[in-house]
Order: sequence, then C-alpha cells, then structure tokens
Amino acid sequence: MNTLLALAYLLAAVLFILGLKQLSSPKGARNGNFTAAAGMVIALGATIPLLHFTSAGIVIIAIGLVIGTVVGTVGARLVHMTAIPQMVALFNGVGGGAAALVAVAELMRLGVHPPFAEVFPSVFSIVIGSISFAGSMVAFSKLQELMTGTPITYPGQQIVNLLLAAAIVGFAVAVLAIASVPFSFLSLMVLALILGVAFVLPIGGADMPVVISLLNAATGLAVAASGFTLNNFALIVAGTLVGASGSLLTKLMSDAMGRSLANVLFGAFGQARAGIAAVAGGGQARNVRSASAEDLGTLLAYSQRVIIVPGYGLAVAQAQHAARELADVLEKRGVEVEYAIHPVAGRMPGHMNVLLAEANVPYEQLKEMDQVNDDFKNADVALIVGANDVVNPAARSTPGSPIYGMPILNADQAKNIIFMKRSMRPGFAGIDNELMFGPKTVMFFGDAKDSLTKLVSAVKAA
Amino acid sequence: MTNELLNELTFFVLAIFVGFEVISKVPTILHTPLMSGTNAIHGIILVGALLIAAGANSPVTIVLGLVAVTLATTNVVGGFVVTDRMLEMFKGRQAPKK
Repeated sequence: MNTLLALAYLLAAVLFILGLKQLSSPKGARNGNFTAAAGMVIALGATIPLLHFTSAGIVIIAIGLVIGTVVGTVGARLVHMTAIPQMVALFNGVGGGAAALVAVAELMRLGVHPPFAEVFPSVFSIVIGSISFAGSMVAFSKLQELMTGTPITYPGQQIVNLLLAAAIVGFAVAVLAIASVPFSFLSLMVLALILGVAFVLPIGGADMPVVISLLNAATGLAVAASGFTLNNFALIVAGTLVGASGSLLTKLMSDAMGRSLANVLFGAFGQARAGIAAVAGGGQARNVRSASAEDLGTLLAYSQRVIIVPGYGLAVAQAQHAARELADVLEKRGVEVEYAIHPVAGRMPGHMNVLLAEANVPYEQLKEMDQVNDDFKNADVALIVGANDVVNPAARSTPGSPIYGMPILNADQAKNIIFMKRSMRPGFAGIDNELMFGPKTVMFFGDAKDSLTKLVSAVKAA
Repeated sequence: MTNELLNELTFFVLAIFVGFEVISKVPTILHTPLMSGTNAIHGIILVGALLIAAGANSPVTIVLGLVAVTLATTNVVGGFVVTDRMLEMFKGRQAPKK
C-alpha cells in the first residue's frame, strides 16, 4: 500500500468517526452525515489509482455506478417519510449482498487453494452478508406490507432454524478444511440466504426496527471481513465501526422498548399472543363511548392543558400537519399544548419526531416520555392520535401481557382521554387496550387526518 | 502471521472500541437517523466492489462485479440521501416558529 493511499484511508476513517460523533447529537446531526459522506468520497477517490481496468471492468463499473446512483437517489428522495424504515432495510440489504458477492469474487480470483487467512474472512462475509441481505428483504416486505406483518410461525421452527445454522457452520468448517472450489461457496451462500429469511419470518412488524439495526451491524461486520480478504484498511475500519456502533444501537433500541434483544428475536411476542387472544376473545362485544366532533371540539377548546399522543396511525394518515393545525387553533385560545413522544412511537425510535418536525411543530412542544409522564395527571385532555400499545396500561398491570414491563405514557391519568382510531383493531402487539373501555375515555373513530380536521373546525366553532 | 494481518487485526480491535465509545450517549430521537447513517457508512463495500469489478475478465466475474457495484452504489447513495432527508427535518424544527 502506498503512502498517499494509506493517508487518504486514514483521513476517511477519521471523518467517519467524527461523522458518527456528530450524528449522536441533535445539533450536529446533519453535518455529521455530510462529514461521513466526505469520508466516503475520499475513500472512493483514493481507491481509483488502485484499479487495473479490463475493458469489461470499466464498462460494468460505469453501468453499476449509474444504476446504483439513480436507484439510490430516486428511492431515497421519493419515499414517503412513513416508509423510511423499510427504505433503510432495503439499503442495508443491498450492502450485505454486495459484501457477500465481493467475497465470492475475490475467492474465485485466488483460485483453488487460497490461504486460510483469506478463506476464513471470506466465508464469514459470504454467510453474514447473505443473511443480512435475505433478512433485510423480508423486513422490507413486512414493513411495506408486501407480506403480513404478523409473525409467521410453525411447529418446530426454532429447531429448523437451529439445524440450518448448524448446517452452515458445518459446511463452513468443511470449506475451510479443504479450501476448495467456488461451487461450495455458492452453496454456502444459498444456505445463508435461506437462514436469513427463516430468521426474520417469526418476528413481528413492530420489532422490525430492532431487527434492521441488528442486520445493519451484521452488514458492517461482513464488510470488515471482506476487508480482511482484500487487505483493504478502509473496509476493515469502516465496517468494524458500523459493526460495533450498530450492535450498541441495537441494544439501545431494545432497551427503549423495555425488552431484551433475545426476547425480540426469538418470538416471545408471537407465542404470548395466542394466549392473550384466547383470553380477549370474550371481550369483543364490550361497549365503548364515542362522541361527535362538536362535543370533543368544545371539550378541547375549554381545556387548560392538552397533551397530544401521536402514534403510527397519525403517520399513516399523513396527519402531522392536521395535528399541528389543531394545536395552533387551541393555542390561539390560550390552551397549553404539548406532544408526548414515546421512544418507540411510530415504527422506529425517533420516527415520530422526524414526522412532526416535518410539519414544523416547534421543538419545545415535543416532550420525551420521562419529561411528560408526570404532566398527564394535570392535563385536561390526552388526545391519542393513532397510538395504541404505547398507552396500554396492561404494560403496568398485567404480568402475562406480551408488552408487560414496557415503559408507557401515562395517558390514562389525564382527566379526559380522547382516543382517535380508525377501528377497534388492536395495535402491533395484537392485544386489547383496556384504556379504550375506561370511564374517562371517549372514542373518536375515523381516519386520523379527517378526524383532526373535523376537530379543528369544531374548536373554531366552539 | 504476517505483518499485514497483524496490522489489520490491530485496526479491527481498535475500531471496535471506537465504535462503541463514539455513540454511547445518543438520545432516542436520533436512533433512526444514526442507524441510517451507519448504514450508509458500510456502503464503503463499494471500494471492494470496484476492486473486484475492475479486473473482471470472464462472464462470471463480469456478472458478479456488475451486481456488486450496483448494489454497493445503491447502499452508499441511498443511505446518505435518506439520512439527510431525515435530518433536514430536525433543522426545520429548531428554527423559530413563524
């Protein structure tokens, strides 16, 4: 490796680290992304002199760069804010796929008996990269609702997955021992792709963010492994940074949901659900109170303090602007309005903040759970817009519930609760919410955006 | 063990510690953008994809190289652009209310 290249890679690594650092604080986050992107440009630029093009090579690189740039830019620009989680899954998956293919290609170049120090990381990269690719595609399909978001389970699933994993390990050991032909690497890849799908199938849509984060970390490690195969420092350092920070982020995310990572991954949600559904079966005919927009408008207009609890329903209905409009008319009447943001509101931690920021909701009104939870008992109205599990008191009171132990917003302590929902359908966790049947609760059915718009007119008229 | 491999291992181990340290205090609201940002960074695999694609000289390596470069480019470009889109909104919300 020549000096200039080494220095360029060092500079790129420093920029990646600074970028990550800036990304961890709200003030510098956007600059952090630019910093990291600058690191990427430097690393890529420094690599160009290393390339010895064949005539075919230069053509496929040009084609690949153009297609990738167009797909990446258009995809990232056009996607709705609500669909961002699955977009991240998609971009992560293709990275994992690329890492696996790079390892395959490098092994083919090295021929029949490559040295162990090259084969070992390649096998790792092929297996992990393929799992990440296939798993991310399933996560994408679940979030995009191309397939059902509910866990897909069958008897003996854990055992099948375990056997698949064992087969991969066995096969990998065999490949390492006899250091052999490309064909065996392709078989390994196919097995890993199957495991990637099988691993994500039993995990529910609500847990996808954690899975995507885990697969993101996995891709990082696969990239680092490809770096060992190619003896490329940029790949090793950047890949490892992502692997390590991604693993930590995965843990932080499952902590925010009040659950252990193992609990998220190994289908405890799915198993508990069957039991709860059986128990809740008798409750379907229970009565709830509902009210007209006019009544609710009056209630809101003459309140002192209103706390809005936004959830995924708000995001789906693109109702963030309507929510802000309601907050504006209420504030004009002297009502104090805040938004209570649960750490996992929406589909990803932080997702709701992004959506509300899009509607120019002032930063000071967005309150994190710990800041706002004591305020509910002083609030006249808790206005729940398309949220469900994050305000379900079962998390505090029902030890058998799948969400038991998850920190929730104390919306049930407000003097009045307006629960805006499309239907009585349960939330992601698939369980009933006692709060809907509570004596202080009024249901207001309908699409979140329409309902909010109706409330705005009702408040104006009040 | 060769010197080069030893160097690589050193970088690898140090990078693990840096990776853990650098994001240890991140607020919940930044989890998604941070995940998306790290996602873009592992698009560095494009460097690897370029290295293998440049020397492609058989049908199999041509296909492998083309697919690898395409996928890796999508990862890099899409990753950074989508992260920027998320963070653009954080800037908006800190501006004083009109």
